[in-house]
Amino acid sequence: MTRHTVMRLAIVMAIALAALTAAATAASKKPTLLLWTIQRTENSVETKAAKTYKPASVKVQIFANDPYKQKIKVALGSGKPPDMFMNWGGGGLKQYVDARKVLDLTPFLNADKAWKNRFFNNVLQTAAFKGKYYGIPNVGMQPVLLFYNKAVFRQNNLTPPKTWDELLSVVKALKTAGVTPFILGGQSKWPDLMWEEYLVDRVAGPQAFNAVVAGKKNAWMDKGIIKANTMLQQLVDAGAFGNNFSSTTYDGTVTATLLGTGKGAMELMGNWEYGAVLQNSPDTIKNHDLGWMPFPAIPGGKGNSKNIAGNTSNFYSVAAKSKHPAAAVQFLKKQVMSPAYVKGLIALGNIPPVKGIAKQLSTGANADFTTWCYKLVQSAPNYQHSWDQVLSPDAANTLLTNLDRLLLKQITPQQFSANMNKTK
Amino acid sequence: MRAGSKRKGASPLLALPALGLFAIFALVPMIVVVVLSFTYYNGISSPTFAGFANWSRFLHDSTTHHAIWLSLEIMVLSWLFQTPLALLLGVFVSGRQRYRAVLAAAYFVPLLFSAAAIAITWRNLLDPNFGLLANLTHRLHMSWFPTSWLGNPGLALYMMVFIISWQFIPFHMLLYQAGARQIPRSIYEAAEIDGAGRVGQFLHITLPLLRNTIVTSSVLILVGSLTYFDLVFIVTGGGPGFATRILPLDMYINGFERSDMGYASAISVVLVTAALGLSLLLIRVTGFGRFRSTHEGA
Repeated sequence: MTRHTVMRLAIVMAIALAALTAAATAASKKPTLLLWTIQRTENSVETKAAKTYKPASVKVQIFANDPYKQKIKVALGSGKPPDMFMNWGGGGLKQYVDARKVLDLTPFLNADKAWKNRFFNNVLQTAAFKGKYYGIPNVGMQPVLLFYNKAVFRQNNLTPPKTWDELLSVVKALKTAGVTPFILGGQSKWPDLMWEEYLVDRVAGPQAFNAVVAGKKNAWMDKGIIKANTMLQQLVDAGAFGNNFSSTTYDGTVTATLLGTGKGAMELMGNWEYGAVLQNSPDTIKNHDLGWMPFPAIPGGKGNSKNIAGNTSNFYSVAAKSKHPAAAVQFLKKQVMSPAYVKGLIALGNIPPVKGIAKQLSTGANADFTTWCYKLVQSAPNYQHSWDQVLSPDAANTLLTNLDRLLLKQITPQQFSANMNKTK
Repeated sequence: MRAGSKRKGASPLLALPALGLFAIFALVPMIVVVVLSFTYYNGISSPTFAGFANWSRFLHDSTTHHAIWLSLEIMVLSWLFQTPLALLLGVFVSGRQRYRAVLAAAYFVPLLFSAAAIAITWRNLLDPNFGLLANLTHRLHMSWFPTSWLGNPGLALYMMVFIISWQFIPFHMLLYQAGARQIPRSIYEAAEIDGAGRVGQFLHITLPLLRNTIVTSSVLILVGSLTYFDLVFIVTGGGPGFATRILPLDMYINGFERSDMGYASAISVVLVTAALGLSLLLIRVTGFGRFRSTHEGA
């Protein structure tokens, strides 16, 4: 705990110092742009982009993840925001857009088609509302996939499930063998959501959740959503998540270790779990025992089995009150997801949301995994951004609590839909 | 000080700095919160007048009602659990023997930790996969023994009471230790001459003379339990389901996670009022305000 704090402080201070010296040496005529972001592995790429930019001096300020959400809210609300700020797109960003705190980037993107076309459109959409664009992606994509431990499948003579029925029979076999079929960090709640997103997509298609986002009446009462949730509870009944899921937290260590050591057979998780397994159970990767696959198909459902869910990206937006909006946009255009930026991200194991980099990825680290993910996204007819980031904070919170209760079997799928139907 | 004495206290001027800070950091925010409870406010746009909407929601929100119930439950359970243990421990370590001093120092340790450290430690100890308890039961082949302590909606609240008590018993022990040490030796000596045994001495001398300490400690536990937040927030976050979502947590979730500052303000007004009311009530009922001295010759 304290060591982390000290390290964070050291990092922040080092960056502040670097920013200060950069500012001191910069010519006085240059505009000074302030960029806020969160502490993450990609910070090195972001700060490099800022440092190497000549037309303006860009100061990067880095905050810890959770306090940042409060900090940016206060800054945008009080009217003293940074020029550019990192955000997660979706409902969180929409709040600021609705309050007219964010610059509309549409005219700039339309004036430079090459810039706009650099990005995957399904990713840009996460920061777009009513056809207007408010954010530029700044990190790699994070699709959710089904990881599995190949050794466990070998020992039990099982093959990875491609359909729902296969999944059910694998669950049964693994349970008899005394292995937890699916590892789930249910105490953290958001891992539950990955199951919900995929099941609803496969059963009811993307249109079910799109209706919710569009604010259609009784959208949550969709029969497909209720059916998906019934299937989710069937999985709980079948012991698919073991007995301890409701007290297992997702912290980047526990579930990766369970998966790597074969205490659990499979885990539905974002692509970052590859890195977590690499860190916590390196032998699993070395022995090629970590497998990955798309979420199984559900025959008879409305969703394309190539559809995916996950986080599309994080974004930079420009504050409406910035004193140098044109300079800020220019910085985003020239430096963010530039060839150097993309190269930096790939070196970190990121999968940048830009077109035409399959070849570049295949020469990077862990190429077999990253190219597989890139193709998965490329061929996905629909890339569903995480629901809790699409919805308003109010609805997102109610969603996570109700999912928790659904998996604990405290409420029925019908009650789930009724509760969600009351949110705005 | 005897009741009804007209002795003048210290100059009121001495209280000015404290009163000033209290006004700036407690009174003004409280007034703002009352005002906010009549608005719609998401923390970004400016607040707009909402009339009694938040208050009518407070009357109808079943989650908040459940949170109130849980807060009462945790209050009573904390008191029932902490008071006897702290009392017995405190009286025990008030003895002057050296080994008792050593034990007192050991019991005192939890009080020195920050709540966050305690919360993370307990969460790890109780982790169903890698926790100490899970490890132990696994090695002893006790697979029937429950491992999902914090994930079981029926157990989570009791686990929280246990962890909270683990943190606060040392503090109340300290109160009782100080209280017990103030009881003059001579009273015990007189009782011994009259033939009172150890249990008799405890029941008829220690307990009655610790009356004021018991009241102080109880007020602190009962009122304090309305503000429990950090431990629960870190250990369970209010879950599983709503199992540990006590009122302060419900306020936080509404204000900061659901961005509904207006409703959160209404809850906080209720919390402040309840805490104030409870303190006043306890002081009235127990006669805390007109304490008789428990000392000889006073």
